[in-house]
Amino acid sequence: MPLPALVEIRDLNFTYDKRPVLQGINMTFPRGKLVAIMGLSGCGKTTLLRHIGGALKPNRGHVRMDGQIMHELSQAGLYAMRRKMGMLFQFGALFTDMSVYDNVAFQMREHTDLPEDIIHSLVIMKLNAVGLRGAQNMMPSELSGGMARRVALARTVALDPMLIMYDEPFAGLDPISLSVIGDLIRRLNDALGATSIIVTHDIQESLKIVDYVYFMANGVIVAEGTPDELRASDTDFVRQFMHGEMDGPVPFHYPGADYRLDLNLRA
Amino acid sequence: MTVINTIRGIGHRIINAVWRIGVAARFFFLTLLYSGNSFRRFHLIIKELFSSGVMSLIIIIVAGLFVGMVLGLQGYETLKRYGSESALGVMVALGLVRELGPVMAALLFASRAGSAMTAEIGLMKATEQISAMEMMAVNPIARIVAPRFWAGVISMPLLAALFSAVGIFGGYLVGVVQIGVDEGSFWSQMQAAVDFREDILNGVIKSLVFGTVVTLIALFEGFDAPPTAEGVSGATTRTVVTSSLAILMLDFVLTAIMFRGA
Repeated sequence: MPLPALVEIRDLNFTYDKRPVLQGINMTFPRGKLVAIMGLSGCGKTTLLRHIGGALKPNRGHVRMDGQIMHELSQAGLYAMRRKMGMLFQFGALFTDMSVYDNVAFQMREHTDLPEDIIHSLVIMKLNAVGLRGAQNMMPSELSGGMARRVALARTVALDPMLIMYDEPFAGLDPISLSVIGDLIRRLNDALGATSIIVTHDIQESLKIVDYVYFMANGVIVAEGTPDELRASDTDFVRQFMHGEMDGPVPFHYPGADYRLDLNLRA
Repeated sequence: MTVINTIRGIGHRIINAVWRIGVAARFFFLTLLYSGNSFRRFHLIIKELFSSGVMSLIIIIVAGLFVGMVLGLQGYETLKRYGSESALGVMVALGLVRELGPVMAALLFASRAGSAMTAEIGLMKATEQISAMEMMAVNPIARIVAPRFWAGVISMPLLAALFSAVGIFGGYLVGVVQIGVDEGSFWSQMQAAVDFREDILNGVIKSLVFGTVVTLIALFEGFDAPPTAEGVSGATTRTVVTSSLAILMLDFVLTAIMFRGA
């Protein structure tokens, strides 16, 4: 019998400042799979990720991670759950007062009593996995955007998490770094036997590596499927998003007054 | 309508101010609650002692020297009118140990170390470093705030003591070396008149209070700063302004309690 999904989201609703951000979201993230959540900026992707991480409490519905409902956990329970997770932030969020080495060693020193020589071996292995063993003594300010993202990736998987979350991992990267990060995400997921969730709007790169995709717009799921299913989809939204069309279900013009009135012309 | 809107605006500001005081009090309580980890891993406090205490040494020494020299000059001019030049050492020492040492050191600490703490934590928040720490199941108040808080509390009395010591030396340079006040009476009258409990200990208590308040304001402003460039710069300004006013007001309160009728 297959194991139940690692993360299940059921009827998730969240309102911020009277504005509905998430409405009736249902998602399933099976173990060992790499799932992407795509959509326009401001459609609620990152808010959803913050719910999975237990940083926000929903107005209705729940996120169940490894059998436990996230928003019902105490702080100690939440921290215990977060030790099973890793999260890569949009621009890495490396600790700027620590070297690359210390950034990767941070969680090991905080959460384990491992002797320093074992931590050293683990850090070197993690850095080697992202190809930056040679940069161990550098400070974050000395790294390029792509290198910083790779160090952050090594830090994210430092304690071999069950669940890895990526918030816009491809944002602002050059084509080579983008391809490297995409490849690393897939390889690390498979090597660790982890489950990964990628929040992104980079279609081309993510469709190459993910197993399943959810499309979101205005806080609801508008389409879902495997990369092949989505490529073949004739849904207006998916087609507009996949091909970057200027107008469609997502209008080019932000809603406003009548154009003629704004130009001070008589109707 | 305008009157109602004005009253509503005032009420809104008062509610916000009270709310903020409550949040700051909760922040202080949590800082104390999560301080145990800092003492178990004392190297975290030592690292912060270096950046807030040791890095403030130059400004404290230079300012202390000049304040002491000015005290020596002004004190001599005043005391000469009453033929009491020999009491210059007492005047310089009491002025520094009771008042100027703790107050000036705290003001300098607020503008150098306090503003740096606010900017650093505000930027950590803006660049998602604090969120990253929370997602790693590491409590940022225990890991970031508490070591900085205790470093500020520990370094403040030491910096104030150094300020007073260097200031007394500055007074000596001007009074004894330059003007020619008798060296023996300068030091002996100081030794006889400065009381350890009444003067020095009260000065230390003052600087401990200032250290607690200034560091807390700096850390809270950083932690509470909106995660934008404008938010961090505003928080840094608020740290310096609020700390300076708090130091001066608390100094009056503490002086009234400690030295009234003494």
